[in-house]
Amino acid sequence: MSRPRYRGAEAGSGSFSGAGFAVKLVLIALVDALGVFGVLAAWKAGSWGILAAMVALLVAANWVYFTKRALPLKYILPGLAFLLVYQVYVIGYTGYVAFTNYGDGHNSTKEQAIEALLVQNERRVEGSPSAPLTVVASDGGDLGFAVTDEAGEAEVGTADEPLAEAPDATVSDGVVTALPGWTVLDRQQVLERQDEVTALRVPVSDDPADGSVRTQDARTGYVFQSVLEYDAGADTMTDTSTGVVYTPNDDGQFEAADGTTLPVGWRVTVGFENFATAFGDPRYAEPFVKILAWTFVFAALSVATTFALGMFLAMVFNDPRLRGRKIYRTLTILPYAMPGFLAALLWAGMLNESFGVVNQVLLGGVSIPWLTDPWLAKVSVLLVNLWLGFPYMFLICTGALQSLPGDVYEAAKIDGAGRWRTWRSLTMPLLLVATAPLLISSFAFNFNNFTLIKMLTGGGPRFEDASVPLGHTDILISMVYNVSGLDGSAPRDYGLASALSIVIFVVVGAISAIAFRQTRKLEELS
Amino acid sequence: MTTHTQAPALPGHGQGQSQQLRTRMRPGRWARELGWRHVVGVLAVAFAVFPLVYVLSASLSPTGTLTGSNELFAEVSGTNYAALGDTRFWTWMGNTLVIGVATSVGTVLMGAAAAYAFSRFRFTGRRLGLTSLLIIQMFPQMLAFVAIFLLLISLGQVVPALGLNSRLALICVYLGGALGVNTFLMYGFFNTIPRELDEAAKIDGASHAQVYWTIILRLVTPILAVVALLSFISTFGEFIIARVVLQSESNWTLAVGLYGWVSSLLEANWGLFAAGAVLSALPVLALFLFLQRYIVGGLTAGSVKG
Repeated sequence: MSRPRYRGAEAGSGSFSGAGFAVKLVLIALVDALGVFGVLAAWKAGSWGILAAMVALLVAANWVYFTKRALPLKYILPGLAFLLVYQVYVIGYTGYVAFTNYGDGHNSTKEQAIEALLVQNERRVEGSPSAPLTVVASDGGDLGFAVTDEAGEAEVGTADEPLAEAPDATVSDGVVTALPGWTVLDRQQVLERQDEVTALRVPVSDDPADGSVRTQDARTGYVFQSVLEYDAGADTMTDTSTGVVYTPNDDGQFEAADGTTLPVGWRVTVGFENFATAFGDPRYAEPFVKILAWTFVFAALSVATTFALGMFLAMVFNDPRLRGRKIYRTLTILPYAMPGFLAALLWAGMLNESFGVVNQVLLGGVSIPWLTDPWLAKVSVLLVNLWLGFPYMFLICTGALQSLPGDVYEAAKIDGAGRWRTWRSLTMPLLLVATAPLLISSFAFNFNNFTLIKMLTGGGPRFEDASVPLGHTDILISMVYNVSGLDGSAPRDYGLASALSIVIFVVVGAISAIAFRQTRKLEELS
Repeated sequence: MTTHTQAPALPGHGQGQSQQLRTRMRPGRWARELGWRHVVGVLAVAFAVFPLVYVLSASLSPTGTLTGSNELFAEVSGTNYAALGDTRFWTWMGNTLVIGVATSVGTVLMGAAAAYAFSRFRFTGRRLGLTSLLIIQMFPQMLAFVAIFLLLISLGQVVPALGLNSRLALICVYLGGALGVNTFLMYGFFNTIPRELDEAAKIDGASHAQVYWTIILRLVTPILAVVALLSFISTFGEFIIARVVLQSESNWTLAVGLYGWVSSLLEANWGLFAAGAVLSALPVLALFLFLQRYIVGGLTAGSVKG
């Protein structure tokens, strides 16, 4: 036994680290290859922010894994990289978007907005040149136009590629009949893709002001030019048909002297305007206040009801003389193993007013609007959350009950305390102390219990008087979802949605800070 | 049941007292002390189990409608399960399992590595790192779903595989939440492994990587299992980010897909939904019952301080 335990390991350690080094080399090579690919792609797409982030991550990875001085980082870096990009950055970005008017009508940068405006306002200019045109398709199936200019030279282009000379095209009677690398579409094929052909817009050059070639009949192409003209020097947009001059305003739109604006804008920072909308604009402020209140009530009552039932059952089943208590326990915690989204959808069906099993069978054919009456819907949400949540509370209370010190109870018994007194002065406080952190995190979880609300009631029933799609059981997070317009039910307003997210961040942060102090976790970080 | 209680107690269940002398009591006392507990137990079980029984029955009902499912087990047939084959259900199931397994494996690997570093090394910025993690984990990632959506639009213009409508991108997003949520659970557990073990190994010439892979990871397997399981289950049921990121039907997860069925045509799709729900709940249920003891331990290990 005096032999060192790690003799084998010592002898093999050379080969282990050799193999380990090889594995490390292969992994780093892989990361580098993917990283360089990403960097090149970002370069090509002109996304400088992503480019910088990728270069930084690559350099960091190579430095960390080849220096001897960054031992802890070798273990932390992989998780840290994901954390920085997908959590820290997005939270920061939420903060930025909250102060912009990002959303429908303000989706992009000013350059892109100008380009979109020019393209959208293209008209066929009277007397503009026309050219014989052939519809062609690339190998990838993308449609393109092949046209011949006055000199009879062939040019070809697609929606993404402006017209470029095609010297090897076969031209007969001034019409392109064959083009290497492209398929010339015949009449039948053109008819099949008619809509695509008439919608296709092939830019004349890289400059959107030059206009584009379009066709109605697939035989003749006309040059379309924008009725808007952008003057880069004066930073104004002029409508050449009416002569109205539009100048950029503070909201990120071109505005004429009479107040009319052009439809495509760009995103600008708007300060606290989104927060002002949430708290001040009657369209949002009224539902917002109701929803904020309900979110607190919902989260608090969810914790209270689940904890009460869970604790009650834990105490009921905590008598060692109770036969079959293992079976009771196993069966009562079954809902905990049911994924939340399934449970909510299932209950949505069971509580259906006209066909659901609760009304039809359990209550004998009544018609109670469980999910469509404002108050009952709230009760239903709490009931379903009770079903989903009590097993968790039951589990932690059972665990806590079994770890309560027995001698204290002996003492209480000797002192003549009754059952009720023991519970009120001993069990309850001890349980609360033991489970307080979990109760607080349960509150924070329910505060953002989007799945339950979305699946069970969808936030409904809707507020009758609201112009925005919000309802009586909506909580803050589902309000954010509806306002963001990501499901297509409302115009997209990322700015306002992010501002509301910030409000949730503040609330959740405050709650967690309380929890933080409670558990004194900080003191334990040695 | 009787054989159950009289069999030698399973270790670690703390129920050994139940086999102490079982003296007969009078019916009145029995009802007062134990009888009512049975009544409560039966009621609680009924409340907990009824929806599960109902969904099983609905999945076996051949009519496939909400109304037709109201009589429990009136008729039993596998029609709904067979009909699932004509839908995208199995694609969704595959997506969900792939995303769930990839996320939980990645979470365990990255979380355990970070916990090891924080638990075993002393370096500048360690305290700051732990504190920042603690603060970051307060803010659930799902709250930033708008920013995630916008980030993925930009990423997709550079690398389409990391952009919207990509399962890989969704996994990456989930992995972004890995460190914040789980490092502390693991960190606490890692601290309970005696440091003398790694010191002994180091004296014998083991490198830090050897200590990590061959000693520490073996000893912390229970917490790895808990974290993997919790991460799998939460990924399995995650809806909002999956809904925002995955746009084409063939990429959906079960949560997004089943929601689509029920939200559009609740009455008509009920049988399909019920069958799908039973099949999707089964793996989680099985895992859960199998690893129940670990989960309960894990739930309380992180935060309950007696």
